[in-house]
Amino acid sequence: MSSTAKSLQHGPPAKVVPLNVQTKPPDSVAARNAAPPAVSGLSRLSRLALATKRRALDVLPPLLAIGAIVGLWELLCAAPDATLPPPSRVVSETWELIVDPFYDRGGIDKGLFWHIYASLKRVALGYFLAAIGGIGLGVLIGSSKWATRALDPVFQVLRTIPPLAWLPLSLAAFRDAQPSAIFVIFITAIWPIIINTAVGIRNIPQDYQNVAKVLRLNRGEYFVSIMLPAAAPFIFTGLRIGVGLSWLAIVAGEMLIGGVGIGFFIWDSWNSSRISDIILALLYVGVVGMLLDRTIAVLGRIVTRGTAST
Amino acid sequence: METNDRYVQIENVHKSFGGAAGSEVLRDVSLTVRKGEFVSIIGHSGCGKSTLLNIVAGLTPATSGNVFVDNRQVVEPGPDRAVVFQNHSLLPWLSVYQNVRLAVDKIFGGTIAKAERHDWTMRNLELVSMAEARNKKPAEISGGMKQRVGIARALAMKPKILLLDEPFGALDALTRAHLQDRVMQISMELGNTVMMITHDVEEAVLLSDRIVMLTNGPAATIGSICEVPLERPRLRLELIADPTYVGCRAAVLEFLHKRHRFVDAA
Repeated sequence: MSSTAKSLQHGPPAKVVPLNVQTKPPDSVAARNAAPPAVSGLSRLSRLALATKRRALDVLPPLLAIGAIVGLWELLCAAPDATLPPPSRVVSETWELIVDPFYDRGGIDKGLFWHIYASLKRVALGYFLAAIGGIGLGVLIGSSKWATRALDPVFQVLRTIPPLAWLPLSLAAFRDAQPSAIFVIFITAIWPIIINTAVGIRNIPQDYQNVAKVLRLNRGEYFVSIMLPAAAPFIFTGLRIGVGLSWLAIVAGEMLIGGVGIGFFIWDSWNSSRISDIILALLYVGVVGMLLDRTIAVLGRIVTRGTAST
Repeated sequence: METNDRYVQIENVHKSFGGAAGSEVLRDVSLTVRKGEFVSIIGHSGCGKSTLLNIVAGLTPATSGNVFVDNRQVVEPGPDRAVVFQNHSLLPWLSVYQNVRLAVDKIFGGTIAKAERHDWTMRNLELVSMAEARNKKPAEISGGMKQRVGIARALAMKPKILLLDEPFGALDALTRAHLQDRVMQISMELGNTVMMITHDVEEAVLLSDRIVMLTNGPAATIGSICEVPLERPRLRLELIADPTYVGCRAAVLEFLHKRHRFVDAA
């Protein structure tokens, strides 16, 4: 109705008066950061020294801390009757696992890479389903008062159930280890995603909603152009919590389910009293968990770049 | 010409919040705006100025009474009544260009070719001198620039009436003066019909053809209307000592500070 215009022109034949307005801040960043015209060899050298020093300040403290922890551990477990091996023995006993993570002798006798890969595959599938379902349900209860009233109490009860408590039920339902493990990941990761998405949707500023109303965006356009980008920072908070919980749940789940996977590797090592293998596996679990968390965080930063409202 | 003289008609608008027993914000407001006229609505904070603007925009329904724009009754918001919000309301994840383009695509997407929509977006950004900064995100530009983009977005909708909700309120004095001159120039070039909310007396006199003064709330209504018969283009510095300008300014100040003093501690 408003788009009766055949061609786009403002009312009267307007001539644009060139207007003298600076559209750039007077001292642009480029000007300030411009390198000095001539750089002497000395200053380049001193700048290199400065960069090295800054780098060292980042790297040195964690190295010192790790050194202190390993040293203390070595000291505490040095006694011949110690129940846990010292780090030196861990390394010597697991050397085969460390140098060859890719061996595969069939069955569950595989390198650590394959165990972690199997666990990650389960997490990826369960987490992906949780992300889809969580964002969907979060949007629903975030945008509908009725859905909130109906579902919120249910969610509040279900979300406090520990992940492993779902396992027997899912084994009974699926009668197979693989889908049960994936279901446990799904049900663990979905709650923070639902709740954070809903909060993000509820917190969409009135201004953006007014813009959408004036433009008469329909539901689909509103969802894509306003709702998802406005709630994205919240959604990613939920996704990040969710991936951490998934990784927590998979290790515990696999201990019970068996088969290839880092969780069962740990349990199997315990049954065969290979304590050093357990310690190495724990270290890998921690590193992978951290990498998962960082990955989602970086992804979130890329996707939500510039969404901080000002 | 009959239609053009009664381009915007606000008829006996009442507004109460919270049902019948709720607080009455506006009482019996009636106003007619000519096509191409620049009307300011001035009053103390909390008197319901923004509520009145939102009713014309269709964002807030009136409790009773009617609003017509170009003989069509206002029942919902729409791009024929583009609003420039006080806090610019740009979408922070879109660039300056995309913010305007979103509006252009939504309104003209069905009728006008892509290349022409691009040209139209650029044309409106040029109008407010923001074409060069088109790829910047709102967070990377100043408050005055954001408000200019907000104005470009509103103009790009080709609205029948432009609704400005204290558009210069959050800006420093120099930026504000600059932007006022710009808005004055644009509305003169384009012949827009404009309704502007303000609480700044100089701003109202400088920009408007008519100044509508609201009494204090609750139950605010139109207390008085001041015609500003100054020739355009108006130049800020030349007007300082102009008797008409001084007279209008005095009349509005008198209304605001003598007859309808804001009693609450502001």
